[in-house]
Amino acid sequence: MIEFSDVTLTYTARKTPTLLDVNLHVPEGDLALLVGRTGSGKSTLLRCINGLVPHFTGGRLVGKVTVAGRDTRTNPPRELADVVGFVQQDPTNGFVTDTVEEELAYGMETIGVAPQTMRRRVEEVLDLLGLASIRHRPLLSLSGGQRQRTAIGSVLTTNPAVLVLDEPTSALDPGAAEEVLAALQRLVLDLGMTIVLAEHRLERVIQYADSVITVDSDGRVTMGPPAEMMIDAPVQPPVVELGAQLGWRPLPLSVRDARRRSAAWRADWSAQHAAHHAAHHAARQTAQQAAHPEKALPTRSFSNPWKIKRSPDPDESPSLAEIRDVVVRYGPLVALGGADLTLKSGEIVALMGRNGAGKSTLLSCLVGLISPNRGTARIGLDKVDPASLSGRELLRRVGLVPQQAGDLLYEESVEAECSQSDKDCDAAVGTTRRLLDRFSPGVDPETHPRDLSEGQRLALALSIVLAAQPPLILLDEPTRGLDYPGKAAFAATLRALAQDGHGVVMATHDVELVAEAASRVVIIADGEVVADGPTADVVVSSPIFAPQVSKILRPAPILTVGQALAAWSHLLDPT
Amino acid sequence: MPEPTGAVQQGLDRSRSSARIPRYLHPGAWWLWAIGLAVAASQTTNPALLMLILVVVGFVVQARRPDAPWARSFGFFLKLAALVVVIRVLFQVVLGEPIGNLVMINLPSVKLPDWLAALRLGGPFTVESLVFAFCNGLRLAVLLACFGAANSLASAARLLKAMPPALYEIGVAVVVAMTFAPQLVSDLTRIRTARRLRGRPTRGLRGLAGSAAPVFDGALDRAVSLAATMDARGYGRSARVSVRSRRLNAILTLGGMVGVCLGVFGVMQNQWAPGFSLMLLVVGLLAAMAGLWLGGKRAVRTRYRPDPWRTPEWAVAGSGLAAGCLVIWGAWSQPEAMAIVVTPLSWPALPLIPTLGILLALIPAVVAPSPPVIGSSSPSSEPTSPVLPKAGPQ
Repeated sequence: MIEFSDVTLTYTARKTPTLLDVNLHVPEGDLALLVGRTGSGKSTLLRCINGLVPHFTGGRLVGKVTVAGRDTRTNPPRELADVVGFVQQDPTNGFVTDTVEEELAYGMETIGVAPQTMRRRVEEVLDLLGLASIRHRPLLSLSGGQRQRTAIGSVLTTNPAVLVLDEPTSALDPGAAEEVLAALQRLVLDLGMTIVLAEHRLERVIQYADSVITVDSDGRVTMGPPAEMMIDAPVQPPVVELGAQLGWRPLPLSVRDARRRSAAWRADWSAQHAAHHAAHHAARQTAQQAAHPEKALPTRSFSNPWKIKRSPDPDESPSLAEIRDVVVRYGPLVALGGADLTLKSGEIVALMGRNGAGKSTLLSCLVGLISPNRGTARIGLDKVDPASLSGRELLRRVGLVPQQAGDLLYEESVEAECSQSDKDCDAAVGTTRRLLDRFSPGVDPETHPRDLSEGQRLALALSIVLAAQPPLILLDEPTRGLDYPGKAAFAATLRALAQDGHGVVMATHDVELVAEAASRVVIIADGEVVADGPTADVVVSSPIFAPQVSKILRPAPILTVGQALAAWSHLLDPT
Repeated sequence: MPEPTGAVQQGLDRSRSSARIPRYLHPGAWWLWAIGLAVAASQTTNPALLMLILVVVGFVVQARRPDAPWARSFGFFLKLAALVVVIRVLFQVVLGEPIGNLVMINLPSVKLPDWLAALRLGGPFTVESLVFAFCNGLRLAVLLACFGAANSLASAARLLKAMPPALYEIGVAVVVAMTFAPQLVSDLTRIRTARRLRGRPTRGLRGLAGSAAPVFDGALDRAVSLAATMDARGYGRSARVSVRSRRLNAILTLGGMVGVCLGVFGVMQNQWAPGFSLMLLVVGLLAAMAGLWLGGKRAVRTRYRPDPWRTPEWAVAGSGLAAGCLVIWGAWSQPEAMAIVVTPLSWPALPLIPTLGILLALIPAVVAPSPPVIGSSSPSSEPTSPVLPKAGPQ
């Protein structure tokens, strides 16, 4: 269906090619997954399929790309609109009309489909993607998942043979991602559509892929079956990393497969745990406890060699932020309905919950962007109201990295950004740059902040916020757009900050980051705190917030690949 | 999948043609109706007729306004119209030449230098002046109200969709620009939030200057990304046409436009023989329309659920245009009844033909189908915080 023969692509301003000698064949009906580090050329490869590269972007393409027998050299993207459906990462940027139904019809109008056929296909796609109930809604009022499904629907109506998606779920919360993936799966399984997609959150899609295409940083591209290709892929979701490290072959790609492979280990663990527990239990048992064994069972507090390391007992640390019974309303909408939260020094608290549950509002209260309608938000040891602070006073007490870290950057170069930041907070010259080198070494000072990679931009924004040394650091969705190695580095940074006594609150959907870094998890639903406790306690038992490793090794309270490997070697070699 | 059979299709058409079934009226019909009333209003300063037009417009809007965000603009236009009246009266108070002799208030007058002798500041203000200024202001206000009515009865986006195919691409550009505006506002909020987080000024000139660059950066990024998507979705596909047809099209369109301009000039200036300018205007219009039609043949696009033009559309457009024509006729036959008389001050007359004409424009309140009710236009189930708006990753 899609053929690349000896394709080499060099963008106009670059010296090295972005894609090098690419030979690919994607058969009809395949779901092909692109895997590669951020900035490795995944988007370029996707855009080659419908000719946006090089017709739209410029650059020099050697070789030949054909889709359903049509050469992209002679067919510009608009002539391929009936063969390739292209959905970009942020669907809002691609909407042309203002309601769902009109958006679905737009593509057919431009290629001149007969009115009767158009009418019928719109109805079909509305049903196929479950959009019928929102057909008259304005596009701007839709939720993230609905928008992404509308974007997919809007290209499906032209009846394309190939669907190309650039990170369709990276920006979505887990529920919305499920919606979109279910729709995609239906297209592959029921309609036999050929789909090529790139995705950061591999754990969400890898089990559905028929083939994996890895894109290396030097532009080389290889393709093969997922279980083989993922063994040394440049980015690996936790389930794959665990399997690869433990030498499981064929490599398990889903939690189910991995659970089967680890059944023996889990049985061993349970036996040892029971023995250990029995000994522990016998020593401390009293007659009364024996009468109520279920009460006495300290489910999580057993002491075993692979016990999760927690931050030193936070009860003694000073509290950095306090939210008491805070109510925030936007008109008739209650964003926070009496939330309580206390943050101690040295803690990393993860705020989790649906989009619109009130996470961002809570962060806004802590930084004084919103004054609560009721209740109090206080920060620092002297318990000041953040809304009364401004300018430097605010910088020294609290720093917030917003969802789009780039919003904090407005100078022309990284160097200018760093020196301006030093000036802003009266720090010694070079403070921000030193912090940046710690998080992300070797950034060229002449680069424009816009040209930084997602991870570098986040590191720069974080360095600017930290230059003023605020004890309280707030992060809104810090890891969207980061790949696995980027996330690991970021988690290490957070842990280092907590060691230094900073308090961190981050709003996130990323369960793997929470597993790696957070010491405490607070779950917010409908403006209220519904769970608050140590990460392992809150996360392990939850079907939605549990990280992959924990789902695989349940009931063992193990959250990350690192902990799992340590536990594994201990069990194999108990000395 | 089989195409719908003829019988089913006919049934659909028959049921849809009934005026009882709620649907959106063709936006062109509402605009023609409003233009007819606006023409009527422009012909008179008689406050009785003007108020009658205002009442008719308000009644029809109230009866047939759809439940959509764009339909709520009528109130805004009414406020604007009231402001226009007030400003017109204030101008008369300060600058106007006094009419009549019923002095209401004697304002201190300022002696202006000789070279400004034609102007007058202050001085006596008479009841006659007040009435005269009010009626003149009212005429402008009613024009505004007609425009506002068209805006809230017919969506601008639907009107753009109904444009001839040759102008379609301009229409899309306008629609896209309209959706960009609210996004710019949300970007600005986000950037200002970020500036506060860095301890920078968010207000005043410096704050604005600092926010402008990132906002425009973002808008540019979005524009490029939108262009890529539109290209990938077939925007700008055109059928192959012969060079001759393309040239003919260019000549017809350009020549037609020039003809229209000259014709309008001739009619307004009255310098040439009236027949000649009128002929120039008509020929120019015909040529331009032929050019548009030829240009339309190049576009391959089709229309999804185009608004049909049926009996109610004829009735609505016709009633508005009839109102305009009857008022023009009245102005020609009874010119003295059309203007407000202030010396001596007297009650306005209610001339029969124009009154009947304006009342004709009430017809749409009955014959136009009522707009469909959209139950699910409630805000999203996923509200986003207005302070940290969710936006796509960069």
